[in-house]
Amino acid sequence: MQGLEFSIVLQNWRYLFDGAVITVQVSAFAVAAGLIIGSVVGLARVSTVRLVRAVASVYVEFIRGTPLLVQILLIWFGLPSLGIRIESRFVGGVIALSINSGAYVAEIVRSGIQSIDKGQMEAARSLGMNYTSAMRFVILPQAFRRIIPPLVNEFIMLIKDSSLLAFIGMMELTKRAQNIQARTFNYFELYLAIAVIYFMITFALSKVAGYIEGRTRIHD
Amino acid sequence: MIRVVDLHKRFGSLEVLRGISTEIPRGEVVVVIGASGSGKSTFLRCLNLLELPQQGEIYLDELQILAKNTDINEVRQNVGMVFQQFNLFPHMSVLQNIMLSPVRVKRESLRAAREQGLELLRKVGLSEKAEAFPKQLSGGQQQRVAIARALAMQPKVMLFDEPTSALDPEMIKEVLLVMKQLAEEGMTMVVVTHEMGFAKEVADRVIFIDEGLIVEEGLPQEIFNNPKQERTKTFLSKIL
Repeated sequence: MQGLEFSIVLQNWRYLFDGAVITVQVSAFAVAAGLIIGSVVGLARVSTVRLVRAVASVYVEFIRGTPLLVQILLIWFGLPSLGIRIESRFVGGVIALSINSGAYVAEIVRSGIQSIDKGQMEAARSLGMNYTSAMRFVILPQAFRRIIPPLVNEFIMLIKDSSLLAFIGMMELTKRAQNIQARTFNYFELYLAIAVIYFMITFALSKVAGYIEGRTRIHD
Repeated sequence: MIRVVDLHKRFGSLEVLRGISTEIPRGEVVVVIGASGSGKSTFLRCLNLLELPQQGEIYLDELQILAKNTDINEVRQNVGMVFQQFNLFPHMSVLQNIMLSPVRVKRESLRAAREQGLELLRKVGLSEKAEAFPKQLSGGQQQRVAIARALAMQPKVMLFDEPTSALDPEMIKEVLLVMKQLAEEGMTMVVVTHEMGFAKEVADRVIFIDEGLIVEEGLPQEIFNNPKQERTKTFLSKIL
């Protein structure tokens, strides 16, 4: 075994740090967009209109049933063949991760809504509320508390999955480690270093989420 | 007030209601009795359209509520419902539970809804629980809040679906007292219950439903002391 040179990480810390920032940025955009897509699709999954339910479930099933890497490649390299050009890798990455995450969030939202006792909807409706009001004031606030833990889990998955964007050459954390390693061949040091960085990001997120969860659980 | 004509309800191939017709005048308290699975709860749930019957007519005053152009939400504002499982909203305080629909559906001001809510809580004897959450209340207290919540919409009719069946015995009385008080104030009420004492004391009329049909109906003393139908006798002999 050759001696390990962790100094290579320190020499390149600024370059790696900038990559971590990009990783966080692309993940943050994708989480936000995925949350919006997932909420809409999740509500569509419990819609009373059959066609709406069908469209939503085709989307969810297709995304869940295909690899994220393939979806990323399809969007970045495939769409231009259809004449759709995405202006940057960053935007392409956000789109791919959002579409992917949206499907998983939709399932979380759907199961959250369906976990609320149906007596709640009946009580709300019998007070004269329409479906939308009953959802908004009675069902969703209760469902939201229940879906925080699985949502956090999904967001942690998304941050880790963003490393796949290295495949389309986005200069996020993993791609930068690869770039340095291509010059210096310090595989172990570099990949261990970015593993630690990924862990620090996801661990921080799960701590923050634990705090929020604790605050919203008081009356449940 | 309520007129029901030839009501039929099927769940798949199971016909739960097989042609129910009756009339409930304003101010009357009707107690519906029957074995479980007889269709009595389904009948009640049809009256505020939680179940949609396949056939028949239901009139609330002059309005045929099963007509296609009827606004279901408006009908329900006039028909209060109390459930076996209370179904209070656990994420809201007692007062918020009561205020929600007046504020969001009737567009009442917060102040007016709050005043009314506190007044209703006084009425059901729970003034000091306004800021409590449902989980902090006993079953009997929760059910009394549920009654107050339904009353907040100022309904013309109140439906009670086995309101004391999920309660511990020592809490049944407090709920029945509130219901009795409501009856004395002249509220039109339809009550599905196994509390025969309440039926004898408060009901103007008792309806016995079996296998989706009204087998017998009449004054409580007639039904309980001198039932005419064999099936009524059998049922009463089992529960009394």
